[in-house]
Amino acid sequence: MQPLLLLTLLLLSVGAYHLGRKRAFAVAGGQIRNLHSLPGFYGFYAALWCGLPALAVLALWAIAQPGILVNWVVAGLPPELQNLPPDRLNLVVNDLKNLVSGNFVSSASDPVMVEAANRYRQLRAIGNAALWVAVLSFAIGGIAYAWRAISPALRARNRVEGIINLFLIASSTVAIFTTIGIVLSVVFESLLFFRQVPVSEFLFGLQWSPQTALRADQVGSSGAFGAAPLFAGTLLISGIAMLVAVPIGLMSALYLSEYATPKFRAFAKPALEILAGIPTVVYGFFAALTVAPLIREIGAAVGLHVASESALAAGLVMGIMIIPFVSSLSDDVINAVPQSMRDGSYALGATKSETITRVLLPAALPGIVGSILLAVSRAIGETMIVVMAAGLSANLTANPLEAVTTVTVQIVTLLTGDQEFDSPKTLAAFALGLVLFAVTLILNIIALRVVRKYREQYE
Amino acid sequence: MSTTAIDTQVALNGALNRNAPLRQSAGVQVTDYENRQTVGKITVDNPKMVCREVNVHYGQKHAIKNVSLDIGANEVIAFIGPSGCGKSTFLRCLNRMNDTIPTARVTGQIKLDDDDIHAKEIDVVQLRARVGMVFQKPNPFPKSIYENVAYGPRIHGMVNTKAELDDLVRESLERAGLIKEVEKRMLEPGTSLSGGQQQRLCIARAIAVNPEVILMDEPCSALDPIATAKIEELIDELRENYTIVIVTHSMQQAARVSQRTAYFHLGDLIEIGDTDQIFTNPRHKLTEDYITGRFG
Amino acid sequence: MNKPTAREGATPLRGRNIKTIVNAGLARRHAAERRFRWYGLIAISLGLAFVVLMFANIIGKGSPAFWQTYIRVPISFDAAALDPEGKRDPQALASADYAALVRAGLRQMFPAVEGRLPLRALSALTSSDAAYELQRRVQDNPGLIGTQQEVWLLASAAVDTFVKGNIDRSLPEAERPLKDSQIEWIDQLRAAGKIERQFNAVLFRNGDSREPEQAGIRGALMGSFFTLVVTFLLSFPIGVATAVYLEEFAPKNRWTDIIEVNINNLAAVPSIVFGLLGLAVFINFFGLPRSAPLVGGLVLSLMTLPVIIIAGRAALTSVPPSIREAALGMGASKLQMVGHHVLPLAMPGMLTGSIIGMARALGESAPLLMIGMVAFIVDVPKNFLDPSTVLPVQIYLWSDLPERAFVERTSAAIMVLLAFMILMNGLAILLRKRFERRW
Repeated sequence: MQPLLLLTLLLLSVGAYHLGRKRAFAVAGGQIRNLHSLPGFYGFYAALWCGLPALAVLALWAIAQPGILVNWVVAGLPPELQNLPPDRLNLVVNDLKNLVSGNFVSSASDPVMVEAANRYRQLRAIGNAALWVAVLSFAIGGIAYAWRAISPALRARNRVEGIINLFLIASSTVAIFTTIGIVLSVVFESLLFFRQVPVSEFLFGLQWSPQTALRADQVGSSGAFGAAPLFAGTLLISGIAMLVAVPIGLMSALYLSEYATPKFRAFAKPALEILAGIPTVVYGFFAALTVAPLIREIGAAVGLHVASESALAAGLVMGIMIIPFVSSLSDDVINAVPQSMRDGSYALGATKSETITRVLLPAALPGIVGSILLAVSRAIGETMIVVMAAGLSANLTANPLEAVTTVTVQIVTLLTGDQEFDSPKTLAAFALGLVLFAVTLILNIIALRVVRKYREQYE
Repeated sequence: MSTTAIDTQVALNGALNRNAPLRQSAGVQVTDYENRQTVGKITVDNPKMVCREVNVHYGQKHAIKNVSLDIGANEVIAFIGPSGCGKSTFLRCLNRMNDTIPTARVTGQIKLDDDDIHAKEIDVVQLRARVGMVFQKPNPFPKSIYENVAYGPRIHGMVNTKAELDDLVRESLERAGLIKEVEKRMLEPGTSLSGGQQQRLCIARAIAVNPEVILMDEPCSALDPIATAKIEELIDELRENYTIVIVTHSMQQAARVSQRTAYFHLGDLIEIGDTDQIFTNPRHKLTEDYITGRFG
Repeated sequence: MNKPTAREGATPLRGRNIKTIVNAGLARRHAAERRFRWYGLIAISLGLAFVVLMFANIIGKGSPAFWQTYIRVPISFDAAALDPEGKRDPQALASADYAALVRAGLRQMFPAVEGRLPLRALSALTSSDAAYELQRRVQDNPGLIGTQQEVWLLASAAVDTFVKGNIDRSLPEAERPLKDSQIEWIDQLRAAGKIERQFNAVLFRNGDSREPEQAGIRGALMGSFFTLVVTFLLSFPIGVATAVYLEEFAPKNRWTDIIEVNINNLAAVPSIVFGLLGLAVFINFFGLPRSAPLVGGLVLSLMTLPVIIIAGRAALTSVPPSIREAALGMGASKLQMVGHHVLPLAMPGMLTGSIIGMARALGESAPLLMIGMVAFIVDVPKNFLDPSTVLPVQIYLWSDLPERAFVERTSAAIMVLLAFMILMNGLAILLRKRFERRW
């Protein structure tokens, strides 16, 4: 990147703003009322003309330059190097780049390479100089254009607002592109994966051992990609988490909204929400180093065998993490039930708990279900706690004292090793990602719809 | 038309401290706007509820100032007055609904028959079973019509069998004049009814526990004229079995349904008396101004 | 007026005293009420207990890490050994054998120690950083050469753990990291006041290291800093622009509906999926470098964007329409109305939301694992493209290491991370309190 150039461009734009304003005053004969827009808009108009085209040139240049430079340098290499197969050639280019940036490489003594590196440096210097010239000329050209274009009749405000509007619209599409990006990236890689492993085997297979061997003749070289144990493990841990989070979260929300004094509520609600602000890696640490050994000791004391990375430990801690999530969502939902419902019940002589269990909860049920679904989706997608506290062994079991593994754990494991990007192992991670994304998306859509319907009922 | 209204005698309830000054003045015509002593006779011969020197504070605000009045058995008494005068607040004292508002503080004595409703041995649950309430906006629970009415008897354990409950629900709906409309749709949600029907459902819900007193807080303010007429008719019928206290912003409604009327102004009980007398011959200038539409 | 005839019929409640019926059930109902209340209280106490427990656990484990054991060693900066040519040539000073000085100093304290193995055990009392420490001192101040100094040198992790009382000396020698002889030396040093705990500056000065006593969080902190800068620079303007567009300009149609649903869903997509996106798109497709804060920032800004947009929209809706009408009524264009009136009023709310979003981004680790910010990196990153890691990932990496000293450091790193989170959230709360307006 070129920070100095960017800074220069910024300064030029500021200058263009003042020039534009001055020019507007000048063409209006010093009378603002002769102008279509306020002078400031003419300033912005000039600044935009100065900055935007130049910025576009800069961006294009920055994207194109490295590729072109490499091509030129490669073209200057001796033919025997040029004719290498593409992946070998890539290695040479990498070496070259390292050489250019002054890193130590094995080919440092090779005169051909040194010469090529020098050429690269030279070309880059020329390229950068040319970039300066191009960007600055565009910037100044833009100012000149704006200078000529400014006249009292120029609708500067509309032009400037048009650009800003464009920026606003473009920004709002980023979210769409993010979703498209997610879908494309997971779907594309998953398709590659499903070419090697059939979908049915992936979804329903009971064997998961993705350790593909380095050599083709090794045992188990094919790997097994039956993800059912992963799904079961994910469900087991999420289930334990919900067993912890739903009762505690819901009862806390009820207590805070119906019983607690305003003072207690003002203290306890944010205190409980601290749990939501703690990074998940901290929970993972807590689960792995405190809760898991504790459960194991308790298990040993009563004569039960507990795996050192039991599903219970991970699930419990995940449940704690989700408590504030359930409680604050339920709190919103419960508070959305109109006071008149409570009044109606109290006026008939109902006690508080009768009012809660017989009127409030039935009335809030759809909303509560929605928030629980959101919490489930959060539990399924949670990564760090399970990576740190759950195991890697893909057991198909419902026993919470055994070690299980989850979808997210496997994604992390498959992608953090040094693997070629195209190996089935890596691709399997994307297939798991696709399942994860699809399941959480469906849960979220249902949950958001339910909650929305519920809200509308009381609006 | 009652002629006892000119009575200036203050009939203190025996349970009350006889030395406590009861702010009640009378006279032919009070023209002094600053005079906030209650005009008219606050007592009745057969009181169902007796309120003496009731004060309500909401935080710093003094919402009800030393109000004393009797509510007679099987009468309909209307509380009227400009908005913010405290009539609803006073109504909510009668079944201790103000307990649900943390900042509210109620002092003074309120008796239901011979029980002091603030006494320790009187549970608020029991009190509210005896003093039912109908709200300004119909507030049926998000349950079926049947369950709405069955709610009170169920929580209080008033019936033992399903058949008894069925009977009770039917009878309550019948008394509320709703049975014909909902007979076939008992299991539909209460919210599916029209506004007027919902309000009658709420009345049915209130009378299902067979209360002694029914408080109605502007029960028709959210209803159209036809639904209002039905409710008013119903109130008239219910008088036979219940004592009814109704807060209303409509003077015509008060005149139509009530036997006695109390006029509240900024937390003071200004005038109380027979409805006919209040509307034809108000004795306090404030009452007169309100009735003739000078404010409110 | 036809009166209901049912009144004369058999009514279930006729003739029964409501008072007695209700009173009969009161005790049971009040007991149920109290029970229910207790459940609520227990639930909330459990929640609060977890908060306390976690903080106590982490602070208990982590606070010792802010102090580190040092040993006072007499060092003779022998000119013959350090700078035989006497030219103070920086190259020569850099490559001199400082470890020998440390060994000599230790031998001087314990002259009785003989033999190769005991001597090695003796020099294992100090960290390998001790030699670098001497090197730094000499380089900073060549005048030291030829003098005799008492220098506080970093003790090894095993000594540190022992001094903090976490090694049981009653264990058999083979089961503990310190030999009997070493424990005896430590006791002697202690008695002589030549061993003490000092503030652990190393933790904040160094990058990662395989030696616990030399491992620091500087590298991770800088990585987090660069990553967050990228995140903020991208997500704040885009988030605010999106919120403004959706709330003030967008027509209510299918398209904006899709955008809205989409944003709500993005907010609930698991963070690891964003990591997959970063890996597939930024690294494999666009060829950006792995482990770079730039890529981390890109991924985190996509994650933070929905948070900022949702908070921003909430802030915008809380500005009453009357302000908009007033501005439009004065003849302002829609953009002027937003820029001059609505946006400034909504800005505190937007900043609050953004800070909370940034705090979340600071604590995020899963997506960064996907894009390679999980490597063992000793050097402190200096720019947006240097390979680096971030604080939560550093915690994850350290938590996997078995040494007691790393457990301590992990907890210390967590404390630093939590301190930053509390700081940021506190700032957000302050901002909200300060600028909160009731319309």
